[in-house]
Amino acid sequence: MAKKLEFMMGNHAVAEGALYAGCKFYGGYPITPSTEVAERMAERLPKVGGRFIQMEDEIAAMASVIGASLAGVKSLTATSGPGLSLKQENIGYAMLCEIPVVIVDVMRGGPSTGMPTGPSQSDIMQAKWGTHGDHPVIAVTPASVQEQFNETVRAFNLAEKYRCPVYVLTDAIIGQMMEQLEIPEPGELEVIERPKPDCKPEEYLPFDMDKEFVPLAAFGSGYRYHVTGLHHNSDGFPTNDPVLHTKNTVRLIERINKNYDDIMKVEEFMTDDAEVLVFAIGVSARSAKHAVIEARNQGIKAGLLRPLTIWPFPDKHIDNILNKGNVKGIVVPEMNLGQMTLEVQRVAKGRCQVEGLFSLMLDPILPGEIVEKIRRFV
Amino acid sequence: MAYDYAKYLRPGKLPHIWCAGCTYGIVLKSMIRAIDSLNYDKNDVVVTSGIGCCSRLPGYVDFNTLHTTHGRSIAFATGVKVANPKLKVIALGGDGDMTAIGGNHFIHACRRNIDITVFVFNNNIYGMTGAQYSPTTPKGAWATTAPYGMTENNFDITSLAIGAGASFVARTTAYHATHCEKMIKEALEHKGLSVVEIINACPTGFGRKNKFKTPTSMLLWMKDSAVNVEKAKNMSPEELAGKFTIGVLHKEEKPEYLETYDATVGLKK
Amino acid sequence: MAKAERIEINKKWCKGCEICVELCPTNALEMVDFKVAVKDLEKCIACMQCELRCPDFAIVVYKKEKE
Ligand SMILES: Cc1ncc(C[n+]2csc(CCOP(=O)(O)OP(=O)(O)O)c2C)c(N)n1
Ligand code: SF4
Ligand code: SF4
Ligand code: SF4
Repeated sequence: MAKKLEFMMGNHAVAEGALYAGCKFYGGYPITPSTEVAERMAERLPKVGGRFIQMEDEIAAMASVIGASLAGVKSLTATSGPGLSLKQENIGYAMLCEIPVVIVDVMRGGPSTGMPTGPSQSDIMQAKWGTHGDHPVIAVTPASVQEQFNETVRAFNLAEKYRCPVYVLTDAIIGQMMEQLEIPEPGELEVIERPKPDCKPEEYLPFDMDKEFVPLAAFGSGYRYHVTGLHHNSDGFPTNDPVLHTKNTVRLIERINKNYDDIMKVEEFMTDDAEVLVFAIGVSARSAKHAVIEARNQGIKAGLLRPLTIWPFPDKHIDNILNKGNVKGIVVPEMNLGQMTLEVQRVAKGRCQVEGLFSLMLDPILPGEIVEKIRRFV
Repeated sequence: MAYDYAKYLRPGKLPHIWCAGCTYGIVLKSMIRAIDSLNYDKNDVVVTSGIGCCSRLPGYVDFNTLHTTHGRSIAFATGVKVANPKLKVIALGGDGDMTAIGGNHFIHACRRNIDITVFVFNNNIYGMTGAQYSPTTPKGAWATTAPYGMTENNFDITSLAIGAGASFVARTTAYHATHCEKMIKEALEHKGLSVVEIINACPTGFGRKNKFKTPTSMLLWMKDSAVNVEKAKNMSPEELAGKFTIGVLHKEEKPEYLETYDATVGLKK
Repeated sequence: MAKAERIEINKKWCKGCEICVELCPTNALEMVDFKVAVKDLEKCIACMQCELRCPDFAIVVYKKEKE
């Protein structure tokens, strides 16, 4: 059968990916450069039996997707830096209350209103630490229009499987550019549906601390329970017990860490014998790939490690490569002032040099600039 | 026969956390009686709240309950309702929750006229955080953050709701417990966004420092100050000075948000 | 005049706010050790004021059925 090909904008591909995953609710607030996600959802959702609502601000938008998810519906919201800042309190709520939702952040230059149309990768740490308290985070990082689609589907799957909010961290370039998209047939990509509890309603413990996974019952399905952003017991009611608070917080974080292999997705390009590694995501990874090829042409053993999951951080993958003992240095090109570089340094633990290549210049970092950095390690 | 509240209360959760004489418990009882009289299936009822003393109410009632973040009760409720319009959604919160931090959600829900029932527990103070002034603290009243007396003007919650487009707006008090039950019932029966402002007493935070010696004196203040809206029509401004009206203050039939949305976008069911 | 058969008080839930005592029109209730107690059941006219306005579900009046 002929593949269904379309020339599509990255932001629209996110919307189409969400619909493919079965998303039936979008709650958002317009912000450049993410607005096309909302526009596409406003048009498309009613056609598949879903509803769209433009809320009064991002705080409300985040609240609405959590509410919709509790009503049993897969839900999406999209925004950019300033909006993500406003969503943070409620994102923490979804984390603590184990509510699956997908949050798209089309990164632009910050802080504050910053550079509304300027691409950036400066929300990597906001995604990780934007909300207060210790908490688990999953974030996926597409680098092409095709991946905008596929990774959004994966984000929904991870959200449902791990009962948590999942970020799609993309940027103004990937979100705004047009590329060919191969629309997968139904069934071609895995779509995880939300499991339903099978116990008796009176036995249902929606936040059972002694279990890794507990299905989330939909409001209205006969399982009446309480949800609170206070630290709570297995039954959902508030507790002040610091032992339980500790136990549950650790459980939520460990659930993500333990399933690293399932959650992590990394593209490795020419890393087998690499002596210089480039570590990059999103638009910077596109340049990095060209740079690696160019370096190889120049006889340098370069390789690319491109995470499609940035949170949790790909520690093990970096470790595996460094343990081979070939790598002399890692170059980390990123469109911020070093948010990922710090993490790579943490994992490298001095086993090799780690050099950031930072830019706030709004244009993608060029392959030539990356090659130059690579050459310094030779 | 005494009224059996147990049917709607989650077992083992009483006594509730509210202070001695806090009137929230009286309203909780009115709310239960009202819901009971409508014979809803408990599985279809969702109660959301923000943060504050009154926002602890959902934890006590045996429905689908959602204690959200400060001010966001209506925003969460909107998501629930839009995702599943069959659910009967009640969003409640305090005067601070609904008209300060959550004021934006409040007016926009009114404007949309989405079929959600909103209860504002107005005790004129931030109870939970220890008596700071709220948008409804009367001018001159004492609060921990108004140690010289409240200097700001205050909101009339019902006028705010009517101005913003709510299609049912009522006011009642905790003292008028049976009237309160009636207002809650009518609000629940109304299709569209309904708001009931419920005047409450916070003896701990507001009463003690504002010349109310006992919880009962605060209830009696409600009794003496409330004038039925019908009766008020025949009263002069002088007679109404220092009083407030109770009853249904506004009711109109107008298109409900989700019905309009579904019809306009041709929702494929 | 209606009468009460009995008045049940849940001492564990009563917080001693005195609302019931002060609103009782016949002075049938009193405070004992910071909790409500029935002073004189005979005085009670089963008006239900106390039960209606007790915030704590702590007082229940059982009306005498008509003989
Ligand atoms: C974002 C945020 N800001 C501030 C607070 C602190 N806070 C908790 S409750 C509250 C006010 C509650 O007052 P009100 O809504 O009137 O309810 P009441 O306690 O009187 O019932 C405040 C300011 C919070 N929990 N979250
Ligand atoms: S502080 Fe005030 S509002 Fe809060 S429970 Fe006590 S009396 Fe009620
Ligand atoms: S029912 Fe009426 S008369 Fe009897 S104790 Fe209660 S308030 Fe008093
Ligand atoms: S009103 Fe209720 S809580 Fe208060 S004293 Fe009477 S029985 Fe006790």
